[in-house]
Amino acid sequence: MATTKIPSSTGVSPDAAQDMAGDGMKTVMMPVGVPGYTLRQEPRTMPATQPPVLPINADLKFIGKSPERWDGPAKVSGRARYTADIQLPGMLYAKFVDATVPHAKVISVDTSEAEKVAGVKGVFVIENLLGSAKLLNPSLEVSKYPIVRYAGQPIAAVAATNPQIAEDAAKLVKVKYDVMPFVVDMDQARRADAPMVFPGPANQAGTAGGGGGAADVPQTGNIHGPSVHTRGDIEQGFKDADVVVEEHYTTQVQVHNALESHGVVADWKPDLLTVWASTQGTASVREGLAGFFNLPKSQVRVITEFMGGGFGAKFGPGNPGVVAAALSKQTNAPVRLMLDRKEEQLSVGNRPSSDQTLRIGAKKDGTLTAIHLVSYGTAGCGTGAGCAGPATNMYKYASLRTEESDIFTNAGPATAFRAPGHPQGAFALEQTIDELANRLGMDPLDLRDKIDENSARRVEREIVRNSAIWKSRHATPNVDHGHIKRGVGVGQAVWYRNISMDSAAEVRVHQDGSVEVLSAVQDIGGGLKTVMAQILSEQFGVPPQQVSVKIGDTNYPVGPNSGGSVTTASLTPAVRDAAWNAAQNFLASIAPALGAQPDDLVLANGEVSSKSGKFQPISFRSAAAKMNTSEVSAQARRIPDYDRKAYETYGGVDVAEVEVDMEIGLIRVKRILAVHDCGRPMNPKQTMNQINGGVIQGMSYALYENRLIDSDYGLMVNANLDRYQIAGSREIPQIEVQLIQSYIGQSSTDASGIGEPGGIIGTPAAIANAFYNATGVRIRSLPMTPAVVLAALANTSQQKETA
Amino acid sequence: MNQFVLVDCTTVDGALSQLKDGSVVKAAGVDLLDRMKNGTTTPSRLVNIRNISALRGIHPSPEGVTIGALTTLTEISEHPLLQSHYTILTDACGTVATPHIRNMATLGGNLLQELQCWYFRSEEYECLRKGKEICFAFSGLNQYHAIMDYGTCPSVAPSTSAVALLGLNASVELTSAKRGKRMVAIKDLYVHPDANPTKFTVLEPDELLTAVMIPQPAKGTRSAYQKYGEKQSNDWAIADAGVVLEMDGNVCRKAAIVMGSASPVVRHAPEAEAMLAGKPITEEIARAAGKAAMQGAPLQTAMQGAQPLSMNAYKVQMFPIAIYRTILLAAGQMGRDPSAAS
Ligand SMILES: Cc1cc2nc3c(=O)[nH]c(=O)nc-3n(C[C@H](O)[C@H](O)[C@H](O)COP(=O)(O)OP(=O)(O)OC[C@H]3O[C@@H](n4cnc5c(N)ncnc54)[C@H](O)[C@@H]3O)c2cc1C
Ligand code: SF4
Repeated sequence: MATTKIPSSTGVSPDAAQDMAGDGMKTVMMPVGVPGYTLRQEPRTMPATQPPVLPINADLKFIGKSPERWDGPAKVSGRARYTADIQLPGMLYAKFVDATVPHAKVISVDTSEAEKVAGVKGVFVIENLLGSAKLLNPSLEVSKYPIVRYAGQPIAAVAATNPQIAEDAAKLVKVKYDVMPFVVDMDQARRADAPMVFPGPANQAGTAGGGGGAADVPQTGNIHGPSVHTRGDIEQGFKDADVVVEEHYTTQVQVHNALESHGVVADWKPDLLTVWASTQGTASVREGLAGFFNLPKSQVRVITEFMGGGFGAKFGPGNPGVVAAALSKQTNAPVRLMLDRKEEQLSVGNRPSSDQTLRIGAKKDGTLTAIHLVSYGTAGCGTGAGCAGPATNMYKYASLRTEESDIFTNAGPATAFRAPGHPQGAFALEQTIDELANRLGMDPLDLRDKIDENSARRVEREIVRNSAIWKSRHATPNVDHGHIKRGVGVGQAVWYRNISMDSAAEVRVHQDGSVEVLSAVQDIGGGLKTVMAQILSEQFGVPPQQVSVKIGDTNYPVGPNSGGSVTTASLTPAVRDAAWNAAQNFLASIAPALGAQPDDLVLANGEVSSKSGKFQPISFRSAAAKMNTSEVSAQARRIPDYDRKAYETYGGVDVAEVEVDMEIGLIRVKRILAVHDCGRPMNPKQTMNQINGGVIQGMSYALYENRLIDSDYGLMVNANLDRYQIAGSREIPQIEVQLIQSYIGQSSTDASGIGEPGGIIGTPAAIANAFYNATGVRIRSLPMTPAVVLAALANTSQQKETA
Repeated sequence: MNQFVLVDCTTVDGALSQLKDGSVVKAAGVDLLDRMKNGTTTPSRLVNIRNISALRGIHPSPEGVTIGALTTLTEISEHPLLQSHYTILTDACGTVATPHIRNMATLGGNLLQELQCWYFRSEEYECLRKGKEICFAFSGLNQYHAIMDYGTCPSVAPSTSAVALLGLNASVELTSAKRGKRMVAIKDLYVHPDANPTKFTVLEPDELLTAVMIPQPAKGTRSAYQKYGEKQSNDWAIADAGVVLEMDGNVCRKAAIVMGSASPVVRHAPEAEAMLAGKPITEEIARAAGKAAMQGAPLQTAMQGAQPLSMNAYKVQMFPIAIYRTILLAAGQMGRDPSAAS
């Protein structure tokens, strides 16, 4: 299961640093710790070519500040071009033909009627489907077309001169099915007599964003697993325990529902395939298309100028990418294929459900002696429902056993979704820890101080302890009288420092004084462009608006796929190193004309000055005019973290205040305090934005979102944004983000990612614990709708915890 | 969405003359276009009445108030006179969907919108109300479905404005080119599925809903509406209550209590109404009335009282609370409920 770590495509070998040991290294002091709490200087050894150590944010001019979004004006004025805005001469519009049944063998696909429609230029029938798990032994199924394993699975696509024609013609494609028995309900699928989703063992690989499940596990019926991990002696661990808490939790399937749907515009030319894609990884789309069509990578170009959200579901070309490219090749015209809302809900990924039994043993003083997690979950006809990440990586324990299984069902395959497995896992873990604190008569923060070794979270709990919201928490549950009860609860997050070595950038300085930075990396909305501009500003002393940021194009140096919260942590050191090197080249280039040595020159405040006072400071622009070539540049790529082992994980602490209407069964989240760290915050405002988004998505998951499939017919009933409930403006609580600076001394920018640790992991658990604090009743099932709340309250007698 | 012809009309007569050959009326199109996009309606011809300015406006008179069919929900909910004399209606219209939708949606379209049952709204599910044999909700996902008086189809009445208008004893004016105008009371506008599963209202294909008439409320009338859902923004009612109280001081002369999302057709709760009549309003009596509403005698079917489906027993818990809190709100004894949509 991809629970302990994001797969290696985004990881760096901890040993990589050793390769560089020896000559050419330097050891310097770096700021480490949290200013105001634990800040100190520690030595770090790194290549001698690394730029000077950055001081903490307080001592910088641009990095660590929050200038306005570099591309904000383009976005709010509508100038920003998203994939669906791309218009090419002669462009065709494609529409999928989607399966209308949940499980079937496709006997034939008759496209003749569709082809006759005026304006239809091409029809493509899929023979090689992406996304779902693959049978290890394909000969168990003999079929020309992919077996339909979920309703909504793409079968074919029609390209026409306008979207309306394509849609009408798609309805004329006749698919003949040999329907098979199906199962969409996870509990039914676990039964021995359930219809089989796959006739034999099947595996699904993860994407560049993670997800995917364990491959070398048993498969019985629809049960793929368990994938077992153990540490220490679990039996002894429970024997050593003074208290054992065992509880059962369930969570639902959540659908990504990014604002911008999946899609591409593909333009197949004899020597170059150009694809505009709504993607989290230009590199992953290029790699996927080159592989699928057997093209050299140099003949595939992928462009993502602007991106409207992905949450983990947008890596690689996917079925829309390969089908659009194939149709473009076939019709000799550019083809646009954007999914509609229904397809978004059915065929491009989701967060798997979970069914977890978690058992924790502890000593009287809180020390954890054993953690045992047995989890099931359905990733539809994919895998990746494991959720042992938090149980494995959050706390210190003497022994651990996790058994994670996927249950195949006839539903769309899951894919990575913002912190795969972690909101589910933390929902169970953090409630159980809360319950354990109750049993031990300990304060929940004190218990965590005892068992949590992460130094940043320790500081974060200190901030929580001193916060108004935490001080307003009732020390015992169910204190309020009347029909509204108030409660406060806490939930922690754990995440991993994932670094992608495919992170490079080029910085150019032109004789006219303009500066630009180029990388294939995409900005998926977090604000990377702004951060890149800030880094150049810090180096060259010019304001961010004067820097050109050119990204989202595989013509530029390779960039990381934005999954696993890798982007800022991986790319910014490459940008800074390139900027530093370009600045050195720039100074060398102007030094002769200034009659100075390069190392006598200083770049700051938009000026070039001389340390020794050789000349009066001159503006950056007039200095650039003295360059001895029209352009100087430098490229840099990510080097490994300086001292990786000490900083594998980080996280955050989220606190929720809720009000529960005991009669109506409605939970209102009133306030969230989210205390988080991500190394050096490069742009605090944008970072807090990410955390706000994570909190909102987390509470939306906790209270509302739920993919609903009718188990008699196998069709989703709420494949829209009306009945698929997502938090709206009125549901959003007051969110206070406390972002700490947590220097770890790992790279030339020392940044970590925030997309996943920030909010979505800790918030659902915090809300559940707040509900308990308000009512004295536990909710162990998501989403916490009025139906679930009223049922839980009706059961109070069975639920009392001994405090 | 299929391709279609759009006919734009600016007069009532013009529009009426276009109501032929299976044409479908489009007001704001919030409901209609949604059904066209999900493939459950595929009209070849739309008659756009949105630009008939004569059908827009709020006209008070000594007899009451007449509201043009194309008046938007926002115009209604923000109207000062309606707010003071017909609070139930401004409350109801003000809680529909979102501000954007209320700025578009018309009163006529809101009354005539089709069912929200998610099976009905999926093109793959051909149910009773689409002329087929089966209802998918009984054995399927029915957490938002009806708990009372549903008979063969437990979809719930979708229109929030209808709850208020039933409580106010309003009528609609239906106009056709051939037969002229007729008035139909709101209580007679909707067709129960057991009477005719594929006909949702008594409106004929050649008719337009042109106006809504609400009689002058009796002296001492106070009213309110509250809607409860999973969310406050952009959501439908799970439980709701419209309350009209004719008061003599603190004594209730006569009460109307109406529920929307309890049954396929918006309905009164006569047991609850009887409980309040002639009594002072107190929390105790309001709670008792809420409970009594769930005993509901059959109005349209043979079903006695609330009979929840497999997944919606919680609605039977919510309705009495919605009713009691809204009675107290109408009586001025409780503020607007923060748990209700606003
Ligand atoms: C997210 C969401 C939440 C919602 N929540 C609610 C809610 O809580 N309560 C609620 O009541 N509604 C709710 N709605 C529905 C919305 O209020 C209705 O769709 C809207 O009021 C319809 O009005 P319209 O003018 O757009 O009608 P249209 O879509 O134009 O028409 C609706 C139907 O009525 C017919 N029609 C319209 N006007 C006339 C006329 N004058 N004469 C004859 N036939 C006519 C049309 O042919 C069509 O069949 C919600 C909608 C959404 C999307
Ligand atoms: S409840 Fe009514 S509308 Fe829904 S499936 Fe059943 S018959 Fe159709």
